[in-house]
Amino acid sequence: MQNRTEEAFLSYVQAGGQVEAGDPMPDEYRARLVKFIEMHGNSELMGVLPEREWILRAPTLQRKLALTAKVQDEVGHAQLIFRVVEDLGKPRAQCLADLVAGKAKFHNVFHYPTRSWGDVGVIAWLVDAAAIVSQKALLKCSYAPYARIMKKICWEESFHILHGRDVVLAMVTGTEQQRELVQEALDRWWAPLMQFHGHPIPADEDPMYVWRIKSQGNEEARQQFLEGYVPQVWELGLTLPDPKLRRRDDGVWEYTEPDWDELRAVVTGGGPRTRERLELRRRFLAQEAWVREAVLAA
Amino acid sequence: MTVWEVFRREKKGQPFTHAGSLEAPDAAFAEAWARVQYGRRGESEALWLVPRAELHEVHDFPVEFDLAYRRVDGYSLKARLKEARERAGTDPARAR
Amino acid sequence: MNERARILLELADDELVIGWRDSEWTGIAPTLEEDVAFSSIAQNEIGHARAAYELAARELGTTADELAFDRAPAEYRSIPLVELRLLDWARAIARRYLYEQLDRARIETLRRSDDAELASLAAKIDREEAYHRLHAELWAGRLGNEPRFRRALDELRPYAQASGRDTRTPEFAELWEEMTSVRRSAPGARW
Repeated sequence: MQNRTEEAFLSYVQAGGQVEAGDPMPDEYRARLVKFIEMHGNSELMGVLPEREWILRAPTLQRKLALTAKVQDEVGHAQLIFRVVEDLGKPRAQCLADLVAGKAKFHNVFHYPTRSWGDVGVIAWLVDAAAIVSQKALLKCSYAPYARIMKKICWEESFHILHGRDVVLAMVTGTEQQRELVQEALDRWWAPLMQFHGHPIPADEDPMYVWRIKSQGNEEARQQFLEGYVPQVWELGLTLPDPKLRRRDDGVWEYTEPDWDELRAVVTGGGPRTRERLELRRRFLAQEAWVREAVLAA
Repeated sequence: MTVWEVFRREKKGQPFTHAGSLEAPDAAFAEAWARVQYGRRGESEALWLVPRAELHEVHDFPVEFDLAYRRVDGYSLKARLKEARERAGTDPARAR
Repeated sequence: MNERARILLELADDELVIGWRDSEWTGIAPTLEEDVAFSSIAQNEIGHARAAYELAARELGTTADELAFDRAPAEYRSIPLVELRLLDWARAIARRYLYEQLDRARIETLRRSDDAELASLAAKIDREEAYHRLHAELWAGRLGNEPRFRRALDELRPYAQASGRDTRTPEFAELWEEMTSVRRSAPGARW
């Protein structure tokens, strides 16, 4: 493998070139990759915490199994993702230490509380849907080891959305009280969902796109999400708390500008449940450190 | 802890393909954990587990000279075939 | 209640409750790989419970979910060992290890049953339990000399007595509250 200058490397990835572990790569590319992939891993791990409370409260055996399996998948994804980060040079233990010390970021949606079984449906359906839009674009990531695990991740996520939609459908065809739980959850989750894909940066100004780590810009992802899922929400007779939300004749979705200040505050550690959840993770990591250090160290 | 590479065979008749890697202290744990990470949906019929250190990776295949003689695209019979058919009077274009 | 239903409910209640307790580790196990493996064990156990409840439900004229969720705490037949909330690894593994021993004996008896349906259910469960036993042995092997583990085994062994099935532990009440809270919020509703 010949050494590439940064410019040549950029041309290479922009032309669709793939990079494997161990290939020479510019420091900036490696650094951005690690940060991005680490954030994904952290998000999978933190996403587990709001959902596991409801595993213990699942109202039928089927829902119990499905929700446990979904959360198990998220942990499995974290495992795949942190292996990729580790092969890029940052050990998993360091990533976890940074996470619980509040030094690393994870997606906004996992900083919010859950209040009812309505949240369980809305999260599995719409939060996972928002994530899968981004994840499908990552199938084309220039860094091949990450692109490859995204295949398994996307395949597994597809059942999560079905499970979520099934939970919601059961509730909107159930009692009035059950329908209200879904609507109430939707009213709370809509703002974080609209913020999820990030500030609309033009693709050519987005370093993640320039290096072809991401293959689509933030706004493109948001538009795909709206196009795919708003009609699915509306067809159930549910409402979304944005009077400006509409699809123009040219196919572009209009909406009230999300609160980017809220997004920034939340992802930098100021979410309503951030500290509590990081503390739970920190507590168990510390409590079971003896298992990793004494028992499993070969 | 060792890094183990996991290869999976989805169905009999198919080759093993690389599926991912995991960290485990020994083969028994690697097996227990790989079964679940790569088989909980019944998606694998068999797995191969190999410590990464046991893999012997091979790179760098120099292609300095023309290797077309080893490949199908290195043979273009069109012109000669046309000439041969013409000589034998079996050229379809002529026959019409 | 006839003997067959009693046997099925005992099995189902044990598997349901230990599955519920084991599922508490989803997301917080010592390593990510172990987290995924342990969660599978929990799901298998719930799956076993469901299969046993379904057979009992046919006998008793009800449904598996109604048996799993809609009985009063006093009506459950679980062994105290499975009811305890054990959120530290040494005790969680010690419980798994002790449970697999008692479960193995029960399954072996059921496999030899003249009742073809029971024997078949036991055989299916046994094929999954083989991996649970392997997992428990693996961990017990690694934890063998750890004082915490030996202490945990000693502490938990008394809870594995069959006589304990007649009354629920204080911890069961809390588990039952949590487990049934959503379902009780809309009795008879579909979820």
